[in-house]
Amino acid sequence: MHIAVLSGKGGTGKTFVSVNLAAAAPKAVYIDCDVEEPNGYLFFKPVNVKEEKIIVKLPVVDSKLCTGCRKCVDFCAFNALAYIGSKVKIFDEVCHSCGGCKLVCPEKAITEKDKIIGSVQCGQSKNVGVNTGILNAGETSGIPIIKKLLKDIKNAEHQLNIIDCPPGSACIVMESIKDADYCILVAEPTIFGLHNLKMVYELVQLFSKPCGVVLNKCSKGKNPAEEFCIKENIEILCKIPFTKMLGIENSNAHIIVRKNAKYNELFTSLLDKVCKGGQHEAVTGT
Amino acid sequence: MKIALPVDEGKNETGICISFGRAPYFMFYDTETKDSSFLLNSAAESQGGAGIKAAQLLADNKVDVLLTPRCGQNAAEVLQSSNIKIFKTIGASVRENIQDFSAGKLAKLSEIHAGFHNHGGR
Repeated sequence: MHIAVLSGKGGTGKTFVSVNLAAAAPKAVYIDCDVEEPNGYLFFKPVNVKEEKIIVKLPVVDSKLCTGCRKCVDFCAFNALAYIGSKVKIFDEVCHSCGGCKLVCPEKAITEKDKIIGSVQCGQSKNVGVNTGILNAGETSGIPIIKKLLKDIKNAEHQLNIIDCPPGSACIVMESIKDADYCILVAEPTIFGLHNLKMVYELVQLFSKPCGVVLNKCSKGKNPAEEFCIKENIEILCKIPFTKMLGIENSNAHIIVRKNAKYNELFTSLLDKVCKGGQHEAVTGT
Repeated sequence: MKIALPVDEGKNETGICISFGRAPYFMFYDTETKDSSFLLNSAAESQGGAGIKAAQLLADNKVDVLLTPRCGQNAAEVLQSSNIKIFKTIGASVRENIQDFSAGKLAKLSEIHAGFHNHGGR
């Protein structure tokens, strides 16, 4: 089963929820798809880490073979190529590595070169497998890294996979939730938090994913995110209080369910709810 | 000399568009014949790389000078490789900017931004 944890904005507690959910399970794999700022490994401190470099292909034009027909320039949906001064100019950072320009070139003037954009690191932390995607600084798209992370768990439906998504609701998040059986939306009790919750809620609906909300950082007073869930009839999976203790434990990169019985119980019951929710939808949703 | 300007509409009363790559139209003005014409910017609807494609359009139309409020890095690279000079507009009036340019009152665009690439003008 694949469980994705997402939120419209950063800092709501995606990693906190994903890490503790994975740690509360008898056995799980934690997948950090927040490739621009992966931080789940800081909590898990995995051992026996194996690294695999992620490579993308970029086009190279042999100007001696190029006749200037512009088929490659016209083909590129992202305008990564221009034909200037009788030469094809390639913008590497705009290229999506689709390989189309190479295919359409009638002169076979285009070849491809490899570019390392980041890596995937896999290790173990007690009961949890820890798979981390890392995008190198300065790279524009982490999608190829997320594709690799999710390909590795594609046929591992039998195990519990917790996917820690990047913040927001852009392409990179869509890629992360594509294969999810259930989506947990983490929300803060602020107006800004509500705005972003609405965005991710719209996204998971677009993908027809079963979902529920974890209300994080709950304190006294109004909770706009909670009011929204009640109004829209979205399941509230659990409420996590805003406490100094959690703040300190989190800042010290401790996994609370491994130290505190009360929170172990909270996350175990959250996991139970989510697993039932995902299976229920899988049966009745067809 | 052929001048290009990014504009909001394809008619003479139009104002200058704040975006270069995603401007709806380009206005061309010939300083010798004083004729102006409009070109629908086919790059405006691009998923990405609009600036690159828009700059390519100007190069293909043999433009000598671009008057624009701003320009991204990739577009500037294409324009510079095509020997198109870039000047910074003042205000939104097409007529005044062409006059100012002809009188030598416009400065070369010195701030080339890194591009907004999917961040909608942040």
